[in-house]
Amino acid sequence: MTVTLPPAGGPPASLGVAEDEVHGVSLWRGALHRVRRNPTAIAGAVIVLAFVVIALAAPLLTQYRPGSAQWSGQVTPSSVPGPSADHWLGLDRFGSDMWTQMVYGARQSLVYGVVSTAIGLTAGATLGALAGGFGAVGGRFGIWVDSFLMRCVDVMLSIPSLLLAVSIAAVLGQNSYAVMIAIGAAQVPIFARLLRGSMLSQGRSDYVLAADALGLRKGRIVMSHVLPNSVGPTIVQATLNLATAIIEVAALSYLGLGSSDPAIAEWGRMLVAAQDRFDAAPRLAVLPGVAIAITALGFTLFGEALREALDPRTRR
Amino acid sequence: MLRFVLRRLAQMVPVLVGLSLLLFAWVRALPGDPARALLGERATPEGLARVNEAYGFDQPVLAQYFIYVKALLQGDFGASIQTGQPVMDSFLERFPATIELGLTALLLAVVVGVPLGYLAARHQGRLLDTVVVSGSLLGVVTPVFFLAILLKLVFADTLHWLPTALRQNPRIDATHITNFYVLDGLLTQEWDAAWDAMVHLVLPAIALGTIPLAIIVRITRASVAEVMHEDYVRTAEAKGLAASTISRRHVLRNALLPVVTTIGLQAGLLFAGAVLTETVFAFNGIGQYLFEAIGRRDYPVLQGFILFIAIVYSLINLLVDLSYGLIDPRVRTG
Repeated sequence: MTVTLPPAGGPPASLGVAEDEVHGVSLWRGALHRVRRNPTAIAGAVIVLAFVVIALAAPLLTQYRPGSAQWSGQVTPSSVPGPSADHWLGLDRFGSDMWTQMVYGARQSLVYGVVSTAIGLTAGATLGALAGGFGAVGGRFGIWVDSFLMRCVDVMLSIPSLLLAVSIAAVLGQNSYAVMIAIGAAQVPIFARLLRGSMLSQGRSDYVLAADALGLRKGRIVMSHVLPNSVGPTIVQATLNLATAIIEVAALSYLGLGSSDPAIAEWGRMLVAAQDRFDAAPRLAVLPGVAIAITALGFTLFGEALREALDPRTRR
Repeated sequence: MLRFVLRRLAQMVPVLVGLSLLLFAWVRALPGDPARALLGERATPEGLARVNEAYGFDQPVLAQYFIYVKALLQGDFGASIQTGQPVMDSFLERFPATIELGLTALLLAVVVGVPLGYLAARHQGRLLDTVVVSGSLLGVVTPVFFLAILLKLVFADTLHWLPTALRQNPRIDATHITNFYVLDGLLTQEWDAAWDAMVHLVLPAIALGTIPLAIIVRITRASVAEVMHEDYVRTAEAKGLAASTISRRHVLRNALLPVVTTIGLQAGLLFAGAVLTETVFAFNGIGQYLFEAIGRRDYPVLQGFILFIAIVYSLINLLVDLSYGLIDPRVRTG
């Protein structure tokens, strides 16, 4: 028999112990405390914070509008004006201010990342909670629902996520909504599997047995005890998925499936456009590429530190 | 073992049925009516009538689905709008290129990744470990196509050390038997052709292999670090076994199980990455074919491609599951 570790954060309230009587700290408070002492987590958080601030404050950080191509007269096939007092990062190949493109690109990436991950998380967690809930309750019907839902998830998992996103984006057309839905939908199976897995393992723990023995209804056990104790890894995964989402949005742009609206500055599309001007202005490709990597790094560092802090095995 | 194989094969059936339903629905979700979507802009009334009849689009939905599945079972994955060539033929022609690239990338990832991860675990907390771990983090977060573009611009376009594109220099009049260019060169003893094909593989394989490499480093490091503290390793040390024997027989063998799982999971990443890498290097595999199909909205190709990849991907995962049995006897008996 496998021994399931009790959920982090001390005995659950299901045993009739009031929250304030529980000794020790709550799961998330404890985790945050551990995250604060972890230098890589701090580094990740600083990157994420800087990214979010730049994204939100974009209109304050530049006086120009993205994709304006106001200075297109100064751009020739062999030369793109470099940094100057007016244009800190120079112009891009279409004659827009590069700094403006970069900060508005951050804004766009944040929107894309958050919205698509929210879509994936909502749909995936709903699927996972249904499957995990029915699976944890058991019975012939419960197990049937669980395995039916999981076979559906298996079908989605049989397609590599970027290709799944590609096929969805191809149906929905070339616009921002299509990109967000496509990237979000491609994340559904990850969240569904993760939440179901942790719900099933929670379902076998002693406190569930205790709640069952106390005569609580199965539905109530699942909703008030199993589910809240299972969401930790899913939330952590969402942080990590923000990184993947930002990279995949750029990949969709690269494949020509991103939004084609020139007024939207998007790092992936900037990178694609810069390719044939690399000799004249390598910064046009390097800046957005590095920006994508740094942003993804921030979310990855922070997400992994959070995962470590929440994992009962690595807690000190 | 046979029962295990059969059970795993049987588990693939509902997934494939679900997938066929999904792709069937997908074509119907495309903008415009399905016949028009499959024929593209050049649809003529005669062409539409022909497609409608061939796919049975004028029949009830259920009948349409059975026509679709019947065609699939006969190996008919549809035909490209652009060229009219059967999708399956194009795949089989280009698939060797993608396999050649994918395997080279994976080989690079494993050959470099496992020893690096092992060394990092052995030197935990020291400089080597920090460098390896930071490097692997960078590898994970760098977008494949960005790395591919950088590699191409630096090592091919600027330094001229390596070729910028294609699988082989067209001026080399190489004989192709299997369409695996390196293998063909070796089989026909055209050494310059084999060498040229290998040189063309270097940059795409590095670009494609970096993320799997980074992941393999991290998993190996974590796994070795965990196994190193197991009781049986201490026992082996206590009974005086040579350090190399302990590493080989006890640490590595036990640490490899999660690594093998990870290697299997990379298959999906490799296929997705191949689309991006092959496009950057004009490496004529199925990835580039898909990219072109996306650009031209060649839906039959997209549909066939996804099904094809899903089948290959499921088979690879089956192989991974089977390989557990070889490494971990508990899986065989359990």
